[in-house]
Amino acid sequence: MGINELFQQELAVINVGIPPFAADLRRQGCRVVEVEWTPPAGGDSELLHALDRLSAVQEQVEAGNKLAWQRMSEAQPFLEGVGTALAVIPGMGERMLLHAGPPITWERMSGPLRGAVIGAILYEGWVDGAAEAEQLAASGAIEFAPCHEHNSVGPMAGVVSPSMPVFIVHNRTHGNYAYCTLNEGLGKVLRYGAYSAEVLERLKWLEHELAPTLHAAVQLSGGIDLRSILAQMLHMGDEGHNRNKAGTSLLLRVLAPLLLQTEAARGVISRCLNFINGNDHFFLNLSMPACKAVLDAAGHVPYSTLVTAMSRNGTDFGIRVCGTGEHWFTAPALPVEGLYFPGYSAKDANLDIGDSAITETAGIGGFAMAAAPAIVQFVGGSAADALEYSNLMYQITYGENALCTIPALNFRGTPTGIDVRKVVETGILPNINTGIAHKKPGIGQVGAGLVKPPWACFTQALLELAQ
Amino acid sequence: MESNQQNQRILVKFNTYYDSVTLLAVSQRLQSMRGVEAALVAMATPLNLAVLESLEFASNVQAGSNDLLLAVRGSDVLSVENALEQAETMLRGGVKQPLNGQVAGQAAGQVTGQALPKSLGRALAENVANLALISVPGQFAAREARQALAKGLHVLLFSDNVALADEVALKQYAHKQGLLLMGPDCGTAIINGVPLAFANAVRRGSIGIVGASGTGIQEVSVQIDRLGQGISQALGTGGRDLSREVGGIMLLDGIEALRNDPDTTVLVVISKPAAPEVAAKVLTALERCGKPAVYCVLGDDVEAPSHATVRRAKTLLAAAQMAVEAAGGALEGESREDGLALKSIKGLSYGPKYVRGLFSGGTLGDEAMLILGEQLGLIYSNTPLAPEAKLGDPGKSREHTVLDLGDDYFTQGRAHPMLDCTLRRARIVQEARDPQTAVILLDVVLGYGSHPDPAEELAPAIRKAREIALNDGRKIIFVAYVCGTQRDPQDYARQVNTLQQAGAAVFASNVAAAQFAAQVAKALQGGAR
Repeated sequence: MGINELFQQELAVINVGIPPFAADLRRQGCRVVEVEWTPPAGGDSELLHALDRLSAVQEQVEAGNKLAWQRMSEAQPFLEGVGTALAVIPGMGERMLLHAGPPITWERMSGPLRGAVIGAILYEGWVDGAAEAEQLAASGAIEFAPCHEHNSVGPMAGVVSPSMPVFIVHNRTHGNYAYCTLNEGLGKVLRYGAYSAEVLERLKWLEHELAPTLHAAVQLSGGIDLRSILAQMLHMGDEGHNRNKAGTSLLLRVLAPLLLQTEAARGVISRCLNFINGNDHFFLNLSMPACKAVLDAAGHVPYSTLVTAMSRNGTDFGIRVCGTGEHWFTAPALPVEGLYFPGYSAKDANLDIGDSAITETAGIGGFAMAAAPAIVQFVGGSAADALEYSNLMYQITYGENALCTIPALNFRGTPTGIDVRKVVETGILPNINTGIAHKKPGIGQVGAGLVKPPWACFTQALLELAQ
Repeated sequence: MESNQQNQRILVKFNTYYDSVTLLAVSQRLQSMRGVEAALVAMATPLNLAVLESLEFASNVQAGSNDLLLAVRGSDVLSVENALEQAETMLRGGVKQPLNGQVAGQAAGQVTGQALPKSLGRALAENVANLALISVPGQFAAREARQALAKGLHVLLFSDNVALADEVALKQYAHKQGLLLMGPDCGTAIINGVPLAFANAVRRGSIGIVGASGTGIQEVSVQIDRLGQGISQALGTGGRDLSREVGGIMLLDGIEALRNDPDTTVLVVISKPAAPEVAAKVLTALERCGKPAVYCVLGDDVEAPSHATVRRAKTLLAAAQMAVEAAGGALEGESREDGLALKSIKGLSYGPKYVRGLFSGGTLGDEAMLILGEQLGLIYSNTPLAPEAKLGDPGKSREHTVLDLGDDYFTQGRAHPMLDCTLRRARIVQEARDPQTAVILLDVVLGYGSHPDPAEELAPAIRKAREIALNDGRKIIFVAYVCGTQRDPQDYARQVNTLQQAGAAVFASNVAAAQFAAQVAKALQGGAR
């Protein structure tokens, strides 16, 4: 636009800096948009240099992000069955345990993850007794690997052992698969590091009764469209991470008639339905692999600055980025700001843990907070807080989700596709909703709340991308 | 970090940035609270740490320029706590209302839950705009400007401390794209009748201005307005545009744009002393533009050969007058010699008595030095017209002195004196204590961007200064010029009146004020002989 064209137009100003300048313009009736400016990248010259380097290859970056975004948008995750981890998860070993978050050794594992490892060893019957299980875990005889490196995700500790049943989620557009264990419910559960007899018994029931029954039902369905449920549950007050009540209900509606068509005995079906019905978070273990399948569809796209995983093991927080493929950028996990169950407080809490931040990575969970007015207590208590919470995320994301929309924002698509550049430039970190585990193994969930990833994960990723 | 002492608290928030204007608003609010004796909310620059010390805060604060300092002393612990709470609230809220509460009455901003964009890119994703007004700290400014230009926006780059190499690159890029890059360090522009940053509400008309000086543009546009003519466009270029390195890129682009602008019939170029080859290019462009033009470089040799269509003006006032004539206007503006003539120097004792000019507008200071210098010889300054007149220590005046209080030396980590009168108030009192001070010369710049009531801020200091002199058996003459129009938000008439009530003689132009100051000093010198 030439200078003389400007002279013929109505002035419309973007004010970057001193706020009274904007106020003066507004007072004169001039159109003005105010930028709430803070030094980009926290004023760090090395990061600014990296951002500028990426600007120099802007076209490649944009093309990479567009391709990654397109793949994510086109992915169609379907639940196609329930299988055994060893049989279905690629690379799963006979003496291997998968866990949430980036890679970690037994020595550095936090309480709840250690508890879940002990529980999984006992569940597999590799040894008897917790002490023996600890010895075995420490001996090096067990291979530990992140779920994420095996097309899987696990909530909280996220431990997957070879004989555990897992949901099989298939992205029918691109053909990739994602896996996740079945949700055990609340209270004393393995994912929060509990390994008492009742915990192990429940796991055995999941393996021997729930899993095969569900598998049979799913087979009769020809596959259950998880995207469709995700889209609907967001219109029913879920955000897909800390609230899965609507999603679980919708799943139950799909499953109930199918279960009745299976050969299973009435008592079995009844127990299965009662179990799902009694667990508001049952669908979490499907929203997670659905998100995983969507994000894995993007795969490794050179130059792309979009985040493909955010995940925590209770000690470290790690992210992966489309442009750098399977590389982890890690930093110490942070404490969760949350509301505690009666009798517990922040001093009982473990650091942030779980693969469930895959939901935020895919544009739901904390990013869709505005869809879940029932849980606004987590974000300050008012519906306006929840709207602001979601609105802020549009500033660090690539686009708006075509499928998952938020009624309170006039059905705007959820903010989706975290862009490392935007995070570093604005200093706005992704909002993650999450549960809080007790720091000691065996106790379980003590609360729920909000957490942010460590800044360092994103700065490392940016510097690597700029190389 | 925190330090505590009875009724005083000092907090340091590390790596927490707020702009100086926001912090000034918070500081002022706190100072006005009941029970607060002293308050400073500022970035912990060396200058502001010195201010903290001068406010007698007992503390050894370990903090740097990127850290936020909150210091409050009060009559009791509760007042201090209240003040700090207020500060936190204002900072959290982003201090949407400016110093004067000018936006009061305007809807409190945004739709609930709608976050303000935190970056230029984000703002553009959701809005259409054609100009970016950028006033972020210098080290980040070039980056924001580059982004704005890349998005096809014209830019007013208010920020200073931008590297010369960045300026050259930005201007070359803007030139290639056919965009304005006004600045860096551009304080003033009027585009399509809208004053931007520090600018006055002047009539719209047919005179187009391109200027390398913000206050130069303000004064010329104000004087044109007083003479009944108006401004089509006023474009700032930043002070370095006419250097050899920049080569006048924006000034030449501005001339070209005004040449093509059907609403502009007369051009005024306000320049700083330019590199000779650049000045030659500018003059050639003016000669060839085919419209009557005025070329104003303060102190220019007006006898220098020129062209039939280009007149050279020695002062801003002369530039305004020539432009008005060229636009077909008459030179009979109101005169504001308010009856106070040379007889007012009665009561002054003869002797080595000096003029002390305390300016908020740099070019107004330059113009005053030019006028004073013709009558009084060497005028010392932190920004002198001649190198031998450079003040060794700007904190101390010497003989005839004119200070540009908007110069970097005085503004590190604090707001510009057009907004923050603190420094000028203190300096007025300091000069009054000097028995050699006979005249204190002030500019008061009105308009958008400036302090909402500068006269009210300065009046107590003027009164106090006169009282100090009186108690000492002396007399100090206050001479002021108010650069503003009737339509400026501050109420021009009231500003003049407030200054007069405080005992200042107020003149209709900066030139007239300086001439009067020179006459007084000259008369006193004559008596000494």
